[in-house]
Amino acid sequence: MHRAPTTSAAGLVFRRDLMLAWRRWDDVAQPLIFYVVVTTMFPLATTPDLAQLREISGGVVWVAALLASLLALESLFRSDVEDGTMEQWVLSGQPLGWLLLAKVASHWVLTGLPLVVIAPVVGTALGLPFEAWGTLVLSLILGTATLSILGGIGAALTVGVRRGAVLLSLLVLPLAMPLLIFGSRAVGMVMDGDSPAGPLQLLAAIFFLTLSLGPVAMSAAIRISVES
Amino acid sequence: MWLWIHKLGSPPHAYRLLGKMAPWFGWPALILILLATWWGLVWAPRDYQQGDAFRLLYVHAPSAWMSMFTYVVMAVAAAIGMIWRIKLAHAAAASCAPIGASFTFLALATGSIWGKPMWGTWWVWDARLTSELILLFLYLGYMALRSSFDDPQRADRASAVLAIVGVINVPIIHYSVEWWTTLHQPASVTKLDKPSIALEMLYPLFIMMVGFQLYFGWAISRRLRGEILRRERNAKWLKEGA
Repeated sequence: MHRAPTTSAAGLVFRRDLMLAWRRWDDVAQPLIFYVVVTTMFPLATTPDLAQLREISGGVVWVAALLASLLALESLFRSDVEDGTMEQWVLSGQPLGWLLLAKVASHWVLTGLPLVVIAPVVGTALGLPFEAWGTLVLSLILGTATLSILGGIGAALTVGVRRGAVLLSLLVLPLAMPLLIFGSRAVGMVMDGDSPAGPLQLLAAIFFLTLSLGPVAMSAAIRISVES
Repeated sequence: MWLWIHKLGSPPHAYRLLGKMAPWFGWPALILILLATWWGLVWAPRDYQQGDAFRLLYVHAPSAWMSMFTYVVMAVAAAIGMIWRIKLAHAAAASCAPIGASFTFLALATGSIWGKPMWGTWWVWDARLTSELILLFLYLGYMALRSSFDDPQRADRASAVLAIVGVINVPIIHYSVEWWTTLHQPASVTKLDKPSIALEMLYPLFIMMVGFQLYFGWAISRRLRGEILRRERNAKWLKEGA
């Protein structure tokens, strides 16, 4: 049987997902709006004083980013499993992990990347100094990418489940705590005038670990969800 | 040897074996826990710094240890179930989760009761307490995922993936939390660091740990028997009266 090379199959999946999102761009915009709304609530709930907000700004930006990218994860595999596309992928003979990774990558471009872009603006509104922008962006790139893969595992496990969204956050958030710790610490260290290299390197290490083992877990989970 | 292992995987055999094993775990566990409690509460000397409050250690440390031990047992059982497709291993993983969650809760509760006289507050964001709390979340997530499937086989395999992903993450979570607290509040953590503990304080701790370990053996035998009954409720061997 003729089989297309894996890279081109994964590329097709990636392009297809981006195109689908382009035609329904309001789905993409919603997590972003959620992100801005949630960060607005912190000054309202605590204090409008910028000096005090600056203390917690790194953490607020990070927590809101985690929650916002979780929002869109729930539907990551749902439509493909429901209309049978996923079964075809499982049967296609292509390595399933690569196809799923392509899907997760497009998901990150659609939800993670916009969050990364808008985060400095939101952070500034919370009093985050200009010097911390680079660290914030870098830590968020690594963090949201890791979260997309972790969330992909969670989404693959919960794809056929009632009330999957709540369950998904219950599964993924505890696993994402190291990201939150290192990410917000990196931002905090820059604001204290320290070098953020340590936590950033740890974030990168976690990202590569997740990148290498995540697709295996994801494809195992999808096979369980599709086979039965 | 192999026959023996294969027999272990068959529900009727395992059911009978577990029934025979349970008392061998249960009675020694009861005796050792009672002995260690008496020893720890009455015979062991008072701590010169912490007074009598340190005696919580005899419950707190073994349950914290068991909470992690149970998670590893659960993940190993889940992996065995995934790799060799042994249903009984999945059943064992399923019966581990509530036991482990109870140990975790016990460790958290005793830790916080201990914290009140030591730190003057019920809760501090101490590294060990926090990673124990995250461990509790992991257990709860595992049980929530398991209960959300109607089909037991799917529940088995999906929760097995989660347990394996979780066990890879547990050390990462533990060290990240540790690193996080040493940056934030170094003073309160070192307070807990025990200056080399006296030997007569240590004996009851060892006995208690062995007792808890045996208790785990008893609890898992009982739970696994229940789990087998639930899964095999329509099987022929049960109706014939095993």
